[in-house]
Amino acid sequence: MDALAARIADGAFVALPPDYSLPPMEAVRALIRRKATGLKLLGVPVLGVSADLLIGAGCVAEVHSSAVSLGEAGLAPRFSEAAERGEIKVVDYTCPAVHTALQATEKGVPFMPLRGVLGSDLVREHADWRVEQNPFAAVSDPLLLVAALVPDVALFHARWADEAGNVWVGRRRELATIAHAARRTYVTVEEFRAGDMLDDELLAPGVISSTYVSGIARAEHGAWPLGVADVYAIDDAHLAAYAKSARTREGFERYLDEFVWQGRKSSLPA
Amino acid sequence: MARPEELLACLIARLIADASHVAVGAASPIPAAACELLRARGKALRVTRLHKRRGNPFSEGSRELFDLAGQGRIDYFFLGGAQIDGEANINLVRAEGRRFPGSFGSAFMYFVCRTILFREEHSRRVLVPRVEFISAPGWSPPEVARRGGPVALVTGKALFRWQSEKRRFRLESVHPGHAVAEVREATGFDYDAADAHETPDPAAPELELLRGPVARELAGDYPEFVRRVWS
Repeated sequence: MDALAARIADGAFVALPPDYSLPPMEAVRALIRRKATGLKLLGVPVLGVSADLLIGAGCVAEVHSSAVSLGEAGLAPRFSEAAERGEIKVVDYTCPAVHTALQATEKGVPFMPLRGVLGSDLVREHADWRVEQNPFAAVSDPLLLVAALVPDVALFHARWADEAGNVWVGRRRELATIAHAARRTYVTVEEFRAGDMLDDELLAPGVISSTYVSGIARAEHGAWPLGVADVYAIDDAHLAAYAKSARTREGFERYLDEFVWQGRKSSLPA
Repeated sequence: MARPEELLACLIARLIADASHVAVGAASPIPAAACELLRARGKALRVTRLHKRRGNPFSEGSRELFDLAGQGRIDYFFLGGAQIDGEANINLVRAEGRRFPGSFGSAFMYFVCRTILFREEHSRRVLVPRVEFISAPGWSPPEVARRGGPVALVTGKALFRWQSEKRRFRLESVHPGHAVAEVREATGFDYDAADAHETPDPAAPELELLRGPVARELAGDYPEFVRRVWS
């Protein structure tokens, strides 16, 4: 795990999934322990506690995301404070624009069009978006063009890796999109399994091929305090306790000490 | 006696009664309750609950929602706002020096779905003359392709209908326990208000459905909400 975290350079543009989509929480803790700095996070399409921890721990220079929130546990306190104080640069997106920008990279084209969004202040804040006339329309038809985004690193958790170096993410196909679009993809996995999952017709649709995978590390319960479908559920009590602790800098530091530096894993924070 | 959440769920159920496919977000237990109420009454309604903890409705990742909505396959969606103004612009980004989570899919979904604006807090802090940041605009010039947009604004005090030709809200009803003058006082933007009536209370059979099958259906995805309202 520490070797994997060491391969993610300071200042890297790192694409991360939302809290509900196999977030690489153990890798996030390893990045904090290795005192990563200047990371630019890309939320695909939104971020949660993974980003809040990295921001609070001082690892982050920029957040590019459609939102950062703790869901039912409320606002992301370290994100909100860092944004309000200008300690991080925030580049706001809207969800489908993130997907579109990564799909452009998947296809190797410089941009892709997207409907909607016109008239939103997001357009004014993005030098990498343009409004152009639809070249196929006979009448006025302005359309948003979104430039391709290329993350340096895609980082996420997965249920399995196999002997062929493939990983299985099931229906969480946005992880395939970021793996296809990123220069390097690092994956933590719940378990290793024998064989080649691409030989199994039932598993293959949930596989990301080893073509896209640069490194794998084993991390049992690697998504905790978030969940892995059919393996373990989200630890709501822990997230609620985190949200409360992280409201203050002191509370956040206590949380980091216990659950990152000491690495305690419990649903009941002290 | 209906709880405020129950009154709002029944009100929203009436607003979306003609829907065949509705999508609801993670932070939308009351809209989700409205959808489940329609289903409990026997309506053939497809409800796509985003971030469903088990049995997520998509197999192509989170972009599938937007592709689905972009094609016009979702009739209604719900949006809120840290600020909402009289032209139905919404702001989910920043206000009065405070940072909020962000725009989510609003800048797209508002263009492609009929949208119920929903915010329980009804105050001059939320309902402002002009939003500080437009996450998604309430209306677009005629050359902009736009199938969707605001239908109504539902708050903890009142229901406003959107009048697209006038680009202005009209107060349609005030919830029991609140007054027309109180709504005017708590609203930072101007609106039409002729013939506002009182929002009807939920009927006994609706309450029975909400407290039984609807509460059970929501418990998995909205555990905190169900505990708070129905335990």
